[in-house]
Amino acid sequence: MAYDKFNILNSTAVPLNIDNVDTDQIIPARFLKATERKGFGDNLFRDWRYNSDDSLVDTFPLNNKKYRGKILIAGKNFGCGSSREHAVWAIYDYGFRAVVSSFFADIFKNNCLNIGVLPIQVSESFLAEIFSEIDKNSKSNFEINLENQNFKIVSSGKKKKFEISTYKKSNMSNGFDDIDYLINKKDQISAFANKLRY
Amino acid sequence: MGKTLFDKVWDSHVIERIEDGPDVLFIDKHFIHEVTSPVAFVGLKNRNLKVMYPERTFATADHNTPTVNQHLPIKDRLSAMQVKALEKNCNEHGIDFWGLGHKKNGIVHVIGPENGITQPGLTIVCGDSHTSTHGAFGAIAFGIGTSEVEMVLACQTIMQQKPMKMKINIDGRLSSNVTPKDVAIYIISKLSSSGATGYFVEYAGSVFKEMSMEGRMTVCNLSIEMGARGGMIAPDEKTFEYIKGREYAPKEAKWDRAVSFWETLKTDKDATFDKEYNFKAEDIEPMITYGTNPGMAIPISKSIPEANKSESKSSYKKALKYMEFNEGDKMIGKKIDYVFLGSCTNGRIEDFRTFASLIKGKKKSDNINAWLVPGSHKVLKSIRDEGILDILTESGFKLREPGCSACLAMNDDKIPKGKYAVSTTNRNFEGRQGPGARTLLASPLVAAATAITGEITDPRDII
Ligand code: SF4
Repeated sequence: MAYDKFNILNSTAVPLNIDNVDTDQIIPARFLKATERKGFGDNLFRDWRYNSDDSLVDTFPLNNKKYRGKILIAGKNFGCGSSREHAVWAIYDYGFRAVVSSFFADIFKNNCLNIGVLPIQVSESFLAEIFSEIDKNSKSNFEINLENQNFKIVSSGKKKKFEISTYKKSNMSNGFDDIDYLINKKDQISAFANKLRY
Repeated sequence: MGKTLFDKVWDSHVIERIEDGPDVLFIDKHFIHEVTSPVAFVGLKNRNLKVMYPERTFATADHNTPTVNQHLPIKDRLSAMQVKALEKNCNEHGIDFWGLGHKKNGIVHVIGPENGITQPGLTIVCGDSHTSTHGAFGAIAFGIGTSEVEMVLACQTIMQQKPMKMKINIDGRLSSNVTPKDVAIYIISKLSSSGATGYFVEYAGSVFKEMSMEGRMTVCNLSIEMGARGGMIAPDEKTFEYIKGREYAPKEAKWDRAVSFWETLKTDKDATFDKEYNFKAEDIEPMITYGTNPGMAIPISKSIPEANKSESKSSYKKALKYMEFNEGDKMIGKKIDYVFLGSCTNGRIEDFRTFASLIKGKKKSDNINAWLVPGSHKVLKSIRDEGILDILTESGFKLREPGCSACLAMNDDKIPKGKYAVSTTNRNFEGRQGPGARTLLASPLVAAATAITGEITDPRDII
């Protein structure tokens, strides 16, 4: 599915300083019953965001008016567990375009890149710096430059480079996904399939 | 330089290597289910694409299906819609669909092996992270997201960076009452829930050689719980024996050719791994989890450890608070409300045999709600045919119909808020088995011992 091109993103950020956030927390299984990709943002972090009577949990960062923005800053090993892409749909649908953490689970990271959410892996110490920056000033801005692969704390000007493959970078900046690439390879694929043992 | 088993299978499926990008990997077999496929089919429609090789995809309904009265229409409107959508999509694209009531229906990772679809040397994917199960046959099998499901449907390929390679070697003899589930949880407790992220694991050593195919499936199934992309075990006589004669297995001359190819699927002596671990079988005891990720596990006879550095303190405390446990608590003797036997981790016939062997002649404790859910209709049939159902019934247990059930609690099988469940599944995340539910992962033996006494019980203490 085509998504918005990603180039430079300048935004405030929402902190979620918890380690090992699994995709069951990002979107609980009971909200996976749709047959279309719509409205998942409403249930993002459902059981942390809402009490069982549907009232808001005041202490949860997403419910804190102080914190707004298109960047989610998360603790280590974010997105572990279930392969559900719904987790990333929920993140995207809620309005985030980038997630920053010191460590991502593999399938989650792939899912992000496939639908246009940029996963940015930084060192643990830099992650701690970002959290403390937001702590000091929740209106603090961050700048993500995909072309240069930089994440910048605007107030201090401190920049760190992040990794992304050339291929994925060009996909993200053009709003392409893998199928756009693969459909042009069908002849090669069927030639390969014809040679297979099975 | 020599190649690992993983290299051999991976490299032989690469159609193209993109510089500073992923490999284009051909996928031999693809499993789909009702939850992660509908949006992929919408994607195909929007792009006006057909399924490239419908005969390579197999569909089942398992994730959100009821486990009672499966002959009646599904009551939950949204679940019914998802299953209907899957059926319609399969019909439209010529994909085999094994829906509710079909004799081959069951949990996606149970039905692949039991019908002989899962074979050594294949690449297998499914929109479910426990696809790693199929690695027990020496296949490369891993979970994918819905965009990737769409890719496989459209192009029979996906684009993946080749993971790094890890070897986990366990030699020695397992003590009695130590099951493959304990071996897997032990490894995860040592490596942590993210310790193998970025890696594909090969399990080697005498413990896995001696393990049954179903046991190997349990171990490979749990690879994802330490972050690994997947896990695999070199195929051997046991593997061939298991596959032989199953519906989709190669037959006659093709069988012989297949076996001689499968015999080449092992790691060369001079091949190297990016990381290796060695453990001793004798160190492994029956295990249980106490926290909210599968890495938070200890031998059942031990007490909950103090927070240490590796797990950052606040997350550790948050987990214990959710469980209402304290550092230093003993696990044995904790009161339990639910026991769940099932899932693609421990819902196969051997698991039911193991469970039955312990409870035979004893009675289920009154305070325990027990949900026993076979992994497939074939498993259900064997439970009946082998007389296991009689043993269960005599001990006061009831059997449900096949499906994922309380493994992810998408259907009505939800553990109520605040209740404790000893579960043979794979995830003890907050709310995984229902909002507010508290899950303790363990083996079918620990589940059985607990079901009899009503509290966490070491199976070695039950005579
Ligand atoms: S039993 Fe659980 S882990 Fe296995 S396929 Fe079903 S939901 Fe996934």
